[in-house]
Amino acid sequence: MACKIYVEVTARFDQEGSVIPENIIWEDGRRFEIDRVLDVRPAASLKAGGCGIRYTCRIRGRDTFLFLEENRWFVEAKKAQRR
Amino acid sequence: MRGDSLHRVILHADLNNFYASVECLHRPALRNLPVAVCGDPNLRHGIVLAKNYPAKKFGIKTGEVIWHARQRCPDLVVVPPDYSLYLRFSRLARKIYLDYTDQIEPFGIDEAWLDVTNSSSLYGNGEKIADEIRARIKYELGITASVGVSYNKIFAKLGSDMKKPDATTIISPNNFRDLVWPLPVSDLLYVGRATEQKFRRYGIKTIGDLAGASQYFLHFILGKWGDILWSFAHGQDTTPVAPFGEEGIIKSIGNSTTTPRDLENNNDVKLVIYLLSESVAARMREHGFKCRTVQIHVRNCDLAVFERQGKVATPTHISSEIALRAMELFHANYRWEKPVRSIGVRGTDFVTEGTPVQVSLFINEAERKQKEDLEHTVDGLRQRFGHFIIQRGIMLKDRKLTDLNPKEEHVIHPETRRC
Repeated sequence: MACKIYVEVTARFDQEGSVIPENIIWEDGRRFEIDRVLDVRPAASLKAGGCGIRYTCRIRGRDTFLFLEENRWFVEAKKAQRR
Repeated sequence: MRGDSLHRVILHADLNNFYASVECLHRPALRNLPVAVCGDPNLRHGIVLAKNYPAKKFGIKTGEVIWHARQRCPDLVVVPPDYSLYLRFSRLARKIYLDYTDQIEPFGIDEAWLDVTNSSSLYGNGEKIADEIRARIKYELGITASVGVSYNKIFAKLGSDMKKPDATTIISPNNFRDLVWPLPVSDLLYVGRATEQKFRRYGIKTIGDLAGASQYFLHFILGKWGDILWSFAHGQDTTPVAPFGEEGIIKSIGNSTTTPRDLENNNDVKLVIYLLSESVAARMREHGFKCRTVQIHVRNCDLAVFERQGKVATPTHISSEIALRAMELFHANYRWEKPVRSIGVRGTDFVTEGTPVQVSLFINEAERKQKEDLEHTVDGLRQRFGHFIIQRGIMLKDRKLTDLNPKEEHVIHPETRRC
């Protein structure tokens, strides 16, 4: 089952006030660059349990959801990834 | 078409098992287990506030005490409420409604009426809008809603109760006799326990019975409410859905609490009344109001409730004046046959702070001004250093009773037109 992991994110704020995430920094310090943001919409995460603005991000060729919940970011991670 | 009640399109959206749904969304592991959101039993708030569908299957009811619910379902998962989270979801749902209309009237934290009469040309008919709203709530918030679609508020509300969860029910002028009239009369808004009992005496059990009764007769037994309920039963309710934001007009400010132990005597009650009055007065000052009427709400340990209200001599937001009036009301109306379980203080009948008042020869206005200044100072101190930085001496008499900060800790549900 997936779990909710809050992550550190670096993001760019453009002139219009939109927020575009650029990097995700994993718990162990690894940095993942977001190659492209494919979609942005409000959505719930049933897997991780939460809701917010959902960014569909392409990271190293794979599509991942990144959620902005109020003012915190989280991802849906597999349990194994946590260790 | 505006103003023509027959053509209004009113939706009533009800977020299903709201507290429990939000909790289950955030705790995926609990989703298929019976879950109940309950208050803290140690503070004697241990009743079921909401439950999910698996818990409902065990016959668990909202308002039931925890131990009773556990007898029916020993594996019941009990979670504490997180009001700030529920308020966030309520706000998010309202944001979705705002995409379709600006006439949104919230009814509690999880329900709202929407008048979409004038949006139909943009977004399709009532059913289409209702389905879209449901789909968005499910997708964007991860919880479900039931929506009633009708041509008046009363039937829209009944509709949202008919099919759950995640369903749209349409009550039209053509089908309301089949759908609404077989329902028990107590399902109708404003028919509470007392009215239901009265109706039962005259053999009125369903909404259809009510519709079939003579209006003259209903007026005779219930006064003007008889006429109103009769017109509700016929779908002739024409009350408008308030425009968004208008619910912000504050008509009263109140705080209440169920105390950690029963209150046994006037001194106990005095402590709690002072505690609540301070919060009520501080909140009135925050909004720039003074009240002309003080209300109290008392529930004894058998759960019997009464409310009383009385005028104050001059409009006030001084906590000691509110507390004194509340105590007077309490003394005049309570005979101490039973200990008191919960108590509430409310200020109402507002004037704005700057309204000129007739000063009295018999009231020391200079002293009142001093008291006002003092309370403003206390507000300032508390804002900077926290609630417990300064307190009345009386609060130290029983720390267990007074160890709460009603202003911040007691979230009052955003009930319509109350604050």
